[in-house]
Amino acid sequence: MLSVSRLQSAYGRSQVLFDVELEVGDGEVVTLLGRNGMGKTTTVRSIMGLLKPMDGDIRFGGREVAGATPESIARLGVGLVPEGRQTFATLTVRENLVATAANRLGRPRPWTLDRVYDLFPRLRERARQTAGTLSGGEQQMLVVGRALMTNPKLLILDEATEGLAPVIRAEIWACIEALKAEGQSILLIDKNLGVLKRIADRHYILEKGRTVWSGSSDDLTRNAELVQGYVGL
Amino acid sequence: MRTPITTYLSLAVLLVLLVALPTLADLANYPAFTSVATRVLIYGIAAASLNFVLGFGGMVSFGHAAFFGIGGYVVGILYQHYSLGEPLFGVFPGSNQLLVTVPLAVLVSGAMAALIGALSLRTGGVQFIMITLAFAQMLFFLFVSLKTYGGDDGLIIRRANELGGLNLRDRPTMYYLCLTIAVSFLFLLWRIVNSRFGNVLIGLRQSERRMAALGLSAYRYKLAAFVISGMGCGLAGALMANFMRYVSPDMMHWTKSGELMVMVILGGVGTLFGPFIGAGAFIMLESLLAAWTENWQLGLGFILLLLVLYTNGGLQALFSRLFRRDA
Repeated sequence: MLSVSRLQSAYGRSQVLFDVELEVGDGEVVTLLGRNGMGKTTTVRSIMGLLKPMDGDIRFGGREVAGATPESIARLGVGLVPEGRQTFATLTVRENLVATAANRLGRPRPWTLDRVYDLFPRLRERARQTAGTLSGGEQQMLVVGRALMTNPKLLILDEATEGLAPVIRAEIWACIEALKAEGQSILLIDKNLGVLKRIADRHYILEKGRTVWSGSSDDLTRNAELVQGYVGL
Repeated sequence: MRTPITTYLSLAVLLVLLVALPTLADLANYPAFTSVATRVLIYGIAAASLNFVLGFGGMVSFGHAAFFGIGGYVVGILYQHYSLGEPLFGVFPGSNQLLVTVPLAVLVSGAMAALIGALSLRTGGVQFIMITLAFAQMLFFLFVSLKTYGGDDGLIIRRANELGGLNLRDRPTMYYLCLTIAVSFLFLLWRIVNSRFGNVLIGLRQSERRMAALGLSAYRYKLAAFVISGMGCGLAGALMANFMRYVSPDMMHWTKSGELMVMVILGGVGTLFGPFIGAGAFIMLESLLAAWTENWQLGLGFILLLLVLYTNGGLQALFSRLFRRDA
């Protein structure tokens, strides 16, 4: 579904990505690991078209999308849950969910308000509240819900659980597992190796803008020491 | 977002007062007040249109007087061709029918807004302010130099447009026409602001990037909003032409764009009623202060300064804080 090869990106003159390789297949949950500053978010921004890559290929659903505009990439079916809680603060929860909702690819059993509310019952309670008044965890749920309402083929979650209370975190993980069970393809960026090993199928490790390791969850467990070296906290 | 019953009640009271206004003005032996109120309604429509792009969409247009003027000139030019019996461009007959001239004014200003918006919206921030100003000034000078249509002196419309058997020269009749149109326009804006389109527009003001990542093209939504806004200003201009029975390039001078912006800021940016309150305050202040001194803008400047610094959202915010302290 998504295939990134030899990706190079830069902010102005400072190159951040040198050689990123990444594949996400249909229905797969894949993670992107690495310490801070290794290029995870930059990779996501390049995939989404928010940053124009210098070189390399990004193919989504068989189409070359490197350098395309973010709206056209989103329209092809990439849904992003960005880093930080980026709700539309002055709109209500319901408006946040509905304003950008679409099923452009005609996916069967599309996401509806009710399905999102069933996934996150707290959002139903807060439907008429403005997003800016929600707690951090609720805002994160809202952003996940908003991305789902665009019925993406691939959902990208960038640090979706960062800075959240453990209870809320668990709730978000449970939701991601539920999405996986439905066959949703997901690209995850997170630091909770324990949970990621359980949920994800495959993993990639970035080090200084290069993919330096990739493998399954079992490989990750077997190579615990090596992985600790790259990801080590 | 819940609307308390008191809001509906006060709206109903307000509407009754507005309907009774000409009668009350006569009773108070001050019939000219009806004309003042008509001007407030017309400027309110224009200010509300500007506020739609400025307050909800975050596009600071400094050239909205252009659409106000175009709306007025459509009425004026059609009237001139009608009264001279010469078809426009040798093809289109003139008209003095309000049901022809006003919709045409709205369409022409909408088309003009599409053209200006399509070019201006490729920029943002200060560039957007300057380019909208530049377009408006270009139109201003175009009409100044159009001698066929009066040039600098403008066009006199000897008789207001016809609408059924109504006499639009009659002050209360014109007032009620403008009130009906203003209320319908406000209702329409309210529906648009609370629609998905309106939500997207408000979201765009907060972050275009975020909207793009969700698959929506900022440009198209902003252009659509700009066209709607231009149409509203054209509507106001067409009404003003009928009310004053006169159009001139002054209607599209940059100071007029500035006045519309002052009304929006006075009343409250990004609110529905704000622009109407602002238009009312502006016109009242203009006549009150002008009675004292020729340099009435100085006084207006201070009041604007105080409002911006201390009310945090214009008169609308001030009122709701005064009246809803207990709520």
